[in-house]
Amino acid sequence: MQTPSHTSFSRAVYELLSSMRLAISLLTVLAIASIIGTVLKQNEPYSNYMIELGPFWFKAFAALGLYDVYHAGWFLAILVFLILSIGFCIYRQTPLMLREIRSFREHATEASLRGFVHQAAYPVATEEAATVQRLTGYLAGQGFRFKVRTGGGEAQPALVAAKTGSMTRLGYILTHAAIVIICLGGLIDGNVPLKVQELLGYKKTESRDLPSDKVPAISRLTPANLSFRGSVSIPEAGTADVVYLNLADGYLIQDLPFQIGLKKFRIEHYATGQPKSFESDIVISDRDSKKAFEGTVSVNHPIIYKGIAIYQASFGDGGSRLTMSGWNLLSPVAKPFPFKGEVNQSSRLANGDAQYTVEITDFKMFNVQDTEERAEDAVEPGGFWQKASRIMGDAASSAPQKHVHNVGPSYQYKIRDAQGQAREYHNFMLPMQIDGRSYLVSGMRAAPNEPFRYVRFPADENGGVEGYMRLRATLFDKASHPEIARRFAAGAMPGTTVNEALRAKLIDSTGKVLEIFARGGFEELAKFIESAVAKAEQEKAAETYLKVLERALFEANQLARERAGLKPLPADASTAQFVRESLNAINDSFYYGSPVYLQLKNYEEVLSSGLQLTRSPGKNLVYGGSVLLVLGLFAMFYIRERRIWLLVKPGEVLFAMSSNRKTLDFENEFNQHKQNLAGLLKG
Amino acid sequence: MEAVQHDYQRISFLRSLGRSDWAYAALLVVGSGYAFQLYGDYMDVYEKGILLLTAAMFVGLGWFWKPMRILLPVVALLSLFGISQYHGELARAGQSFWLKYLFASQSAIMWMSALYVMATGGYWFGLALRSDFTNRVSAGITWSATAMGLIGLMVRWYESYLIGADVGHIPLSNLYEVFILFSIITALLYLYYEQHYHNRQMGAFVLPVISAAVAFLLWYTFGREAQHIQPLVPALQSYWMKIHVPANFVGYGAFSLAAMVGVAYLLKSKGFLASRLPELEVLDDVMYKAIAIGFAFFTIATILGAMWAAEAWGGYWSWDPKETWALIVWLNYAAWLHIRLVRGLRGAMLAWWAVVGLIVTVFAFLGVNMFLSGLHSYGTL
Ligand code: HEM
Repeated sequence: MQTPSHTSFSRAVYELLSSMRLAISLLTVLAIASIIGTVLKQNEPYSNYMIELGPFWFKAFAALGLYDVYHAGWFLAILVFLILSIGFCIYRQTPLMLREIRSFREHATEASLRGFVHQAAYPVATEEAATVQRLTGYLAGQGFRFKVRTGGGEAQPALVAAKTGSMTRLGYILTHAAIVIICLGGLIDGNVPLKVQELLGYKKTESRDLPSDKVPAISRLTPANLSFRGSVSIPEAGTADVVYLNLADGYLIQDLPFQIGLKKFRIEHYATGQPKSFESDIVISDRDSKKAFEGTVSVNHPIIYKGIAIYQASFGDGGSRLTMSGWNLLSPVAKPFPFKGEVNQSSRLANGDAQYTVEITDFKMFNVQDTEERAEDAVEPGGFWQKASRIMGDAASSAPQKHVHNVGPSYQYKIRDAQGQAREYHNFMLPMQIDGRSYLVSGMRAAPNEPFRYVRFPADENGGVEGYMRLRATLFDKASHPEIARRFAAGAMPGTTVNEALRAKLIDSTGKVLEIFARGGFEELAKFIESAVAKAEQEKAAETYLKVLERALFEANQLARERAGLKPLPADASTAQFVRESLNAINDSFYYGSPVYLQLKNYEEVLSSGLQLTRSPGKNLVYGGSVLLVLGLFAMFYIRERRIWLLVKPGEVLFAMSSNRKTLDFENEFNQHKQNLAGLLKG
Repeated sequence: MEAVQHDYQRISFLRSLGRSDWAYAALLVVGSGYAFQLYGDYMDVYEKGILLLTAAMFVGLGWFWKPMRILLPVVALLSLFGISQYHGELARAGQSFWLKYLFASQSAIMWMSALYVMATGGYWFGLALRSDFTNRVSAGITWSATAMGLIGLMVRWYESYLIGADVGHIPLSNLYEVFILFSIITALLYLYYEQHYHNRQMGAFVLPVISAAVAFLLWYTFGREAQHIQPLVPALQSYWMKIHVPANFVGYGAFSLAAMVGVAYLLKSKGFLASRLPELEVLDDVMYKAIAIGFAFFTIATILGAMWAAEAWGGYWSWDPKETWALIVWLNYAAWLHIRLVRGLRGAMLAWWAVVGLIVTVFAFLGVNMFLSGLHSYGTL
């Protein structure tokens, strides 16, 4: 026997779950919860969040599951509640709705009809049978189906019960059932089954950087796995037979029932330089049947094999081979040393006693950049009307393509010292034009979340970095300092009448400035000035030293050229700028973080294609549900259910009308029928 | 209507069609047949399907809402005339009189912009002066603006092919182009309700949202030079774009309209402009109708988007910010529809909800592109 309290409790739960107010709350809460994941970037590596949020908030956010909100327990709980609520609604309403579809409600009583908001009464003179016939004729003409309850004398007058548009009720069932179906499909394809296996300890994410065949079975999923969505990057001429499922704190490996080989990855460009297509020529080799076939996947054109869809998702470098020149930035050596490397590989580099590892991380053949003025700056001045008249008669074609152009190959590498500290470099192979002069540009950063800061090595008259390097080597060569100082002094104090002692003093101090600068750049020079010059004189002294340094460096450059067997440069503004920029670049070298600059001389590009592979059996449920949803919605919105009752009493017809939605259309239709019936029953 | 009152027979829809309806349908069939013959070889099977469905849809639209039988042929004729003036050369845009001052895409769009702003002013005058004549003129201006906007889009479509055969694409591919579409669709929805409810006062509220879109468009053009036709990135090279985007904008347009009617509702219920605005019941009804059609189309658009995502990104749902915000908008209006069914919650609450809905919608439509990054790449400011 059920206890009453139990009954009323389950009754209350049932009432709550199927209540409309709960439905509204759930929809609103779900919408608000969904916002979180669009504001906070989802599924980034945990270390990124740590850096961004700091340890306290990192932990707090992690506990709330905010890094993967849409799979967090509480989010799924809201979804489950919504599904339950809809389920209960359907369960509760369906019998009602089906009855509504079938029934004509021909047992309505006169009292209840008189209670309707929409009702009217007409006097009639005709016999009951004739009236009923006239009324049913009218209703049929208006597209209503009807049922006649013949009268049983005074106590029970004849009733014509009519209705149309009952299918709107079916729309209700379709719509709400569709939501449940779609959610179920999504649940199958989502990684909920995976999460469950993880929770139960059957699977464990791997966080080490292992070759795929070394990953233990507890972190692998077999080809029998029902649904997955993973990705893999294959270099040209390489193969893959697994994909990686990236999870926040690591990854899982999904074994595939086939192997994919990448023959070629292609990028095509429009005339303007923007990418036009990404295509991968692949070979699929079946493990079971040993058959192989070829195909091409491109964006928007996946290949589907054995229920697994293969998509073009991304691309990258697959191990381009780079030939480089290594320049020793802080040494008196003017010649570079050869250095070879491959993207995604690391090599050793020795500099005196110091040992370094060079890890080449990326190579890009094209870099389209907006080097000139941006479009917004290029907008011509002028008032609104001038601008408007310029737009008139424009075929929208003069795209500002002239602002963008390809600045050539770039490459990225990390130099790690013996302590494991790494700095990252981002260099361009070709000289870059900046404000009309060319530079070889190299960017450096100490941490991955910092922006690159760029050093500009001024290009020489041949567009190379040799000229700068020559000058730099001469400056760092202490033995050259006296000669540079002598030439400088000769230039500064021409003639023979000059006091020899004064000249010797100048040579001496110039040598000192050179030596100090070569030791630590401007900062070292500033320190020297602070310690040796009276406070009041410091600014002036700095100015003088800077001038001396520039002029001395000009001489150093001439000396370097002489030694290399080149013509001296004219003492013009362009040379002066070259010298000044060299000075800045040498100064920057002290902060470059690595003693070498690797200059790319030659490359052989090897691309890799990023493919995404998915198996999503829930898709059919989702699509099927979607069709039902749309059909249901249109049925609910555009089929209007209306009922008419006509109670035929001796001498009077009572007309009542109802609808399941209150709209103006219904009001209008009611008035129309009211008027029509008045006319009909009069004649 | 006459017939109904006579013998009280409701005539079936097909039988209610007149000669002009059939002539209109014949025109569309011949026109699309001709297009088919001309370009059939360049279309894949989906595009052929889309052409066929579009023709059928426009026939239906014209039969259902008669003014379409005039608007669409006028737009087609003038667009064809504009296109014919190009003689296959883009430079003619600045040389031919007709192109320079009327039909080159940019010129037409400038006309559209100017006319929508004029119509906005007109409706406010009409409201202030209680002048039905002024309102009627404003409606005429709105119709002309809409025609110019459509012509602008058609001609732009053609121009994109003149730039390069591989550049050519339907002008629904970036924020600039969809803002034009948004203005047009919102205006058409409004014009429909204006006619259906025999009420022109709502124009003073709906047209400002179109003017706002126009203001954005002008800023985008003059401030950002965004009007240039750009080739499509690979992800957008898909027939899905042709159906996903318009469906979405019926949703956005309808929701914006509902919100603006909501504003009118709130004002009237607080006693402002009370004697000039339509009855609260009418405003409520328009809101409901707009949100219903918007919800239906937004649902379709989201489903189409999911199918496209499944083809382009490898999953029909990735919780990408744009997708998620579409869901948020959708849930918001699902809630609205249910609130309307609860006795005691209707009235001002629904109007407020619709107004807030506009903020949510604008964020989904613009804010996501401005502030959030994701897989949707078509429009950053
Ligand atoms: C994502 C979830 C949901 C969607 C998209 C949805 C959609 C709809 C739509 C479009 C309507 C028609 C509104 C109208 O004609 O004005 C409707 C009606 C209705 N919904 Fe929902 N609904 C959802 C969830 C729920 C839930 C959880 C309940 C349970 C309380 C519910 C109960 C109802 C009821 C009782 C009606 C009225 C049916 C009628 O009177 O014909 N719905 N729903």
